[in-house]
Formats: sequence, C-alpha cells, structure tokens
Amino acid sequence: MHRKSLVELSAALGRGEFSSEELTRACLARVAALDGQLNSFITVTGEQALSAARAADRRLQAGEAGALTGIPFAHKDIFCTEGVRTSCGSRMLDNFIAPYDATVTQKLKAAGAVMIGKTNMDEFAMGSSNETSFYGPVKNPWDTSTVPGGSSGGSAAAVAARLVPVATGTDTGGSIRQPAALCGITGLKPTYGRVSRYGMIAFASSLDQGGAFARTAEDVAVMLTAMAGFDPRDSTSVDRPVDDYRAGLGDSLRGLRIGLPKEFFGEGLDGGVAATVEASLEEYKKLGATVVDISLPNSALSVPAYYVVAPAECSSNLSRFDGVRYGYRAENPHDLEDLYKRSRGEGFGAEVKRRIMIGTYALSAGYFDAYYLKAQQVRRLIREDFLRAFEQVDVIMGPTSPGVAFRLGEKADDPVTMYLSDIYTIAVNLAGLPGMSIPAGFAAGLPVGLQLIGSYFDEGRLLAAAHQYQQVTDWHVRCPEGFA
Amino acid sequence: MEWETVIGLEIHAQLATQSKIFSGASTRFGAEPNTQACAVDLGLPGVLPVLNEAVVRMAASFGLAIHATVAPRSVFARKNYFYPDLPKGYQISQYELPIVHDGYVDIELEDGTRKRIGVTRAHLEEDAGKSLHEDFHGLTGIDLNRAGTPLLEIVSEPDLRSAKEAVAYMKKIHALVRYLEICDGNMQEGSFRCDANVSVRPRGQAVFGTRAELKNINSFRFVEHAINYEVERQIALIESGGQVVQETRLFDPARQETRPMRTKEEANDYRYFPDPDLLPVEIDTPFLEAVEAGLPELPDAKCQRFMTDYGLSAYDAGVLTASRELADFYEAAVTDSGGLAKLTANWVTGELAGALNHDGREIGDSPVTAAALAGLLRRIEDGTLSGKLAKQVFEAMWSGAGNADEVIEQQGLRQITDTSAIEGAIREILEKHPKQLEQYRGGQEKLLGFFVGQVMKATQGKANPAQVNELLKKLIGD
Repeated sequence: MHRKSLVELSAALGRGEFSSEELTRACLARVAALDGQLNSFITVTGEQALSAARAADRRLQAGEAGALTGIPFAHKDIFCTEGVRTSCGSRMLDNFIAPYDATVTQKLKAAGAVMIGKTNMDEFAMGSSNETSFYGPVKNPWDTSTVPGGSSGGSAAAVAARLVPVATGTDTGGSIRQPAALCGITGLKPTYGRVSRYGMIAFASSLDQGGAFARTAEDVAVMLTAMAGFDPRDSTSVDRPVDDYRAGLGDSLRGLRIGLPKEFFGEGLDGGVAATVEASLEEYKKLGATVVDISLPNSALSVPAYYVVAPAECSSNLSRFDGVRYGYRAENPHDLEDLYKRSRGEGFGAEVKRRIMIGTYALSAGYFDAYYLKAQQVRRLIREDFLRAFEQVDVIMGPTSPGVAFRLGEKADDPVTMYLSDIYTIAVNLAGLPGMSIPAGFAAGLPVGLQLIGSYFDEGRLLAAAHQYQQVTDWHVRCPEGFA
Repeated sequence: MEWETVIGLEIHAQLATQSKIFSGASTRFGAEPNTQACAVDLGLPGVLPVLNEAVVRMAASFGLAIHATVAPRSVFARKNYFYPDLPKGYQISQYELPIVHDGYVDIELEDGTRKRIGVTRAHLEEDAGKSLHEDFHGLTGIDLNRAGTPLLEIVSEPDLRSAKEAVAYMKKIHALVRYLEICDGNMQEGSFRCDANVSVRPRGQAVFGTRAELKNINSFRFVEHAINYEVERQIALIESGGQVVQETRLFDPARQETRPMRTKEEANDYRYFPDPDLLPVEIDTPFLEAVEAGLPELPDAKCQRFMTDYGLSAYDAGVLTASRELADFYEAAVTDSGGLAKLTANWVTGELAGALNHDGREIGDSPVTAAALAGLLRRIEDGTLSGKLAKQVFEAMWSGAGNADEVIEQQGLRQITDTSAIEGAIREILEKHPKQLEQYRGGQEKLLGFFVGQVMKATQGKANPAQVNELLKKLIGD
C-alpha cells in the first residue's frame, strides 16, 4: 500500500480495494515502526486521523469523493491546525494549541485528505538542514547520517521513506525544493500569492509560500489543485482561477524552450551534481525540448539580498512571541523587560536569534537605506533578469542545490556555508516565481534534484515538464534501502 | 524678553466604522474586556491583516474636506516596539507615504480675523489595546478590545501660536470629522484626542525652540490648560538659565501640570518598513469623484450660505455652523417658523444654548425640538408673547410642560394688547400714586419708568410693554 502514489491510492479507494481507515492505519503503523530512525514527525495525530479516515470512507461510499478523499498526508508544523499543537519547530510554541485552522488546512480537510501528523522542520523555517528544530534533527532516509535538507525536512523525509504519499511544505528561500532534492522526491513551490498564507506561521512574509511534496509530479498536481486559490483573508493572495493542474500533464514537450542560466553552473557546484543535471537535460532534448544558454546576471546578489530581506521581515514577524498571550513564558519574571528578555532568550534557538538580530540591525535608523532599501532594489533587478529570460525561454532549469545531502553537523557551525546551499533557489523567492525540484539521478549514492523554474502562474507547464520526464525516467520511484 | 509660542497638534480621530481596520471584530465601546478581539487582533501566529475599505473612503473624504492631496498610492508600514497591549509587537501605520497630505483649514481668531493652519498629513493606523493597572494587585491586565480600532492621525504644521489658536484648530477639525460623519467626536471615550508639540522662542527668531510633546489630551479645556502650563514652564526654565529638553510629557488634569514621560534618549528606534502583508492602497479618480459627490456641505460653505441666505452676522453664522447638528437644528427651526431667520438665530445662540449648557446636554437631546422652538417664535412674531413672556414659556417647555400654545393656554400667559384693558390698568395706577403723578407733571420725567413698572406688575407682566409706554404718555399728559 505504501508504495502506491496518491493517484494510485485514490483509484484503489474508489474501487473499494481497501478503506481509508485501513490505509490510514497502515501509514500510522509505518510511522510507528520507522520514524524512530528519521524523527520526521513532531506530533502524530492518530485518533483524529482515524476519525477523519472514517468520515472519508463515508464520503467514498456515498460517491462524494474527490481525488484527495481518504488520502493520508503529513502537514508541516508551520500550518495552524485547530486543537492540535502547532510548534513551528520551536520551544516558543511547544505548548501552543492552535485555536484555528490555516486556510491550507481547511482546504485539505474539505477535500477529505486525512492528516496523520505534523512534521518536523527547522525552527520557524529558518534553516537548510533541519538541524535547528527544537525537536532534534531529521535524518535523511537515504543515509541517516546525513541531513534531509530544510526547512521542510520532516515532510520531505516522510514522503521519501514512504511513510505518507504526500506532504505539505513551505518555501521561503528553497525550503521545499532543497529538501525535495536531498531526499530524492518531487516538490513544488508555487507562484507567490497562489496559495494562501493565512494560518501559515510567517517567517518572511514577502517570500513565504506554501507548496507540496510527493514522489510524482502528478501527485503534486493533485495537491496543488486542492491547496491553491484566492483567499480574502490573505491580501497578498491573487484573485485568479485555479487550473486543474492534472489535466495538462500530458502536454507534449515538443518545442519547449529550456533556458540554462550560466550562473547556475559555475564555481561551487559539485561535479557529480553537474553531471547528473546535464544528463537529465539530454532526456529533455529527447522529449523534443530545445536547450539554450541564458544569463541571470544578478544571481550572485540573491543570497546577500535575501539575508537582508528575510531577517528584516522575520525580526518583525517574530515580535509577537513575547510571552504575554501564548507560547513560552519565562518563569517568575521580575518585571516586564525580564519577561520579554528571558521568554525570548529561552524560547528561541540560536539560528532564530541570529536572524532576528541581523534583521533588527538592517532595519535600524541609519542602516535602513543601505540594507533593506538596497536589498529591495536588488530584488527588482533579479526579477527583471527573470522576466527578460522568460521572453526567450519557457522554463529555466538547473541544479536545485549545489551538492547532495551533507553530514549532520557538517555545516551547523558555519552559517554562511549553510546559507550558500540555497544559492540556486533563493532568487526564485525574491522574484516570486514558481519552482520545482524533481529527482534526476544520484551522485555519490545520494539523490540529485533538477530545478525547474517557471514564469508567474505557470505551474501547469512546470508540472507537465516534470511529469513527462517522469514518464521516461524512474529516479522518482527509487526507494531508500530500509524503507521499501 | 518677549516670547513666541509655537504649537503643532497631532489629532487622533477614531474612524466610525462598524469593524476594525484589519479584522472583522466590532469596534463598539464599553464591552467586557477582550470580548471584541478576534484571532487577528490577538496577533495569533499565522494571522494576516485585511484592510477595511471603509477607512479609505473616510480618509479620502477628510482629505478632500481640507483641500489636501489624496495620495493615489499610500503604503502601510510597521512601527516596531514591544509593549504588552501591542499584540504583534508592531503597530500598522502609514509612514513615508500617508493617504492624505498637504491640506489646510482656516480658523477664526478672537479679533475676528481668519488664519490658515497647514495640515502636513493625515494617515491611517490601528490603535493599540489598553493596559489596566488597577485591580490586579501589582500585575497589569490587558484589554485588547481597542486593539485594531481604526484611527486617522491628523498632523498640523507648527502654525499655531497660542493655546487659544490650538483650541480653535482642534474644534475646527472636530467639527469637520463630525460633519463628514467619519468620527463620533466623543472625547470622553477617547474617540478624539490629541498630542501637542509645544516650544517657545524669542519673538523674531526664525529657528524653533526645543519642543516638548504633550501626550493624550482628551478635552478642549485640557488642551488650553496643558499648553499654557507648558509654555509658562518652558519660559520660566529658560529665563532662569535652564534649557528645554526634547521629551514626551504627560498632562495631569487633576494637578493641571505636565510631567516628563520619556526623553529623546529613551525613545525607541521604531524600525519602520513597509508591511509585506498589505498591498499599497491605490485610489483612482473615479473613486475620488464618488467620494467628492457624497460629501456633505462643509462648515465654511455652510457659514457663508447662512450669512447670505439668512442675513446673519459672521459671528452668528460661525456659531450656528460649528456643528452639523446645531446647523441642522437652526435650519429646521427657521423653516418651521416661516423664515424668522434672525429671531431664530438669537434664540438658538441665546436661550437654547444657555439652557443646553446649563444642563450639560448636546443639541441632539434638547428637550425643545426645532419644531417646538419655531412654534414659540411664531407666538412672539404674532404678538401673542412679549420677549419676557416668551422666556417664561420657553422655560416651561424645557421642563416638559408641552408646546408653546399649550403652555400659553395652561398658564394664561397671553400678552394683553387690548387698549382699553391697558388703559384701565393705567388709570388705576395713576389714581393710586397721586404724589408721583404730581412730581412727574412737575418735571421729573424719569418717573415714567416707575409707572411702566407698576402697570407691568399689575398685569403680571402680560401687558404689551410698547403699548403701555405709549398709552401712559398719553394719559399722564391729560
């Protein structure tokens, strides 16, 4: 059962081969048996899952089921879930039971999907290795001495290990695509504004975007169809109809123009990763696509710009965690300042504090113009680079991450090296574009991700390009040993 | 040395919306603590603000009313600071790009001249909650009902030169927001309050002195007291060799003084930046035209019209148009009285205003309605009542005795205009006072007043005074 894709499971549920309750029990059993090796879940919601599964079975029997009805999924612990702890991977929210559902949570519930638990993540989504979580690091199922990537590492590991068919994630600078690459699965970060951010705990509001993980592009298409859409509660969500992403998957790639930014193939890129990406491009040529070299001249500025904008926004977004109304509160504060200082000092981990300090500095009087304003100008240049490129090409491709999964602890004490692991993904967030990572092969025995970047709201084309590739390759069905 | 006072006001007007500026929670005043605070107002993790469009229309109408630029694009920013009644750790406000800028209002000075006061800007922002320090035994209670209430902060140029000018300006803005129906103007509930920036400089000096900011003044009287106290404090300080420090001071109405709250050194760095959760507010011409078309007649225009249409003095027209309710009352009374414009003006600004003031009532809950007042004025016009009798009738009407005709009937207050009745009364008086009559005829003409008084007394004030005068002169000469 656990080897089936979402689409296969949905068909089997429809035929009555097994019930959602049986499927959900099987998933929960796998989590119980295997997650000890991975630590991909923070909270497992067994009881609620079984009750949701039984409700889904009734819908299935009544013939009122959709593609997601009865399908178990794992939910990144950044999405608020009513009555269930929503920790954001932080001690600060370890005691926080959300009193409301995020829009994404509501939509997935309404579609009949069955949440089996909340997945581990870097604290407040700040990290690229899942090592900053208050709940301990997540291990990569391909090699449990390596990281799964981050910040959505729990979701990626759970899908890669076949604990669940699909999972949600969020991507602020690569937090879906990089763990998808490192865990050998398919992940999509939609266009900024495509998926509502309401109830998704904010890291950097102008960059955050919810998305999905699955093993196949087709499954991601089903997830996105359910998750996307305008939300009047999110002013930055875009009022535009949602495509049926699955319907266009069969579109031929003949004539598809693929752009390769030369900046993505320079210094810092692992040789094995480069060779794997190049091999995958040969497959695209066989499918009828043409490949042209392009340039995104301001790419080098994306990491510095990001590390001004994202911390600036996070320094303000995380001010609400003050120990006053909810979340962690220091014991016996002797006055208000002590309450603030110790609640935040004890409630936040080191990486979160580092970014709050960087952001506070960048926004301070006298520095604002030199940092924040300058970074916003750079952001415009990066966006213009992409717009120019999309006059020439339909899709941009390249590596998702400069290397494969690295060892736990290897970069934990070196933030700058860690930040560079998102060098190819960050520009996409700064521009607000949709991006995917799909399994493209292996280097040194570990998965390599191919990144696909589309123009605004061109998720359909990205998914078709990913799906067509997955029809002629089998990288996405490879399974880590021990989780088959 | 002669000193000049320089004042700028920041007025906070609470916009009269049903729901908050960024959430659907109610803005009603006086509810149980924390019953009108939803997830957004509480700043729960994951929540997002959505702009209440009513505030945009309200701010735009204010902008048009003060001849300002209504910005085609304005931006909400975050003002970051920690405080327990500020749930998100930042206040959403407008900073670099406010919705309204560069306007003015004209105020009337005591000597009758007009002065133009610049309005630098007016921007939209959310209010914070309230910290309650009483009843919690050394702890602080937080009430977030007010958090997210929409405010329009109206910032004047430093054009005001005295506490009186400041009050006149504040009253002008108060009248405007109430004319526009964008703020209920209730100062007790804090719907309309101001901060005053006050400095002094030697007359003739171009550079401003160091200013103090006086916080949260919620009555016209307090504005005057706070500024006057502060001006005297600053002058005394400088004249005794001291220096004014830039600081925020709190006015204590009980002690009639200002006290330091925090100095510039302690001031926060608010780290303003555009709020990424909100789109810029864009206002196009059709929207602005629709707002303009919906504007009511504003005080200045109404004042001008009252002078032209009703022949009122600038002073009377100004008083009558100071609030929309008063102006409406006046016009209704004039219409009902059949056009007794001047008489109505005298009564509304005189007797009625006095009675309202005495009882601490607003025109809206006057026991004598416009129609009832008009009924009274018609009885003056047709001679049924003398001015003095009319005042008696008005008093009875005020205490609920009925309309003018009912009171006249019940209390027999009809004026005596019958010549023979008055003559009879005069003859009786003359017979009673032969000595005075002799003296009068002997040349002491000022005794005429004595006889008038006696006749009025004898008729319980009901005799028509003009007729009494006339008939007395005739009969006394016989």
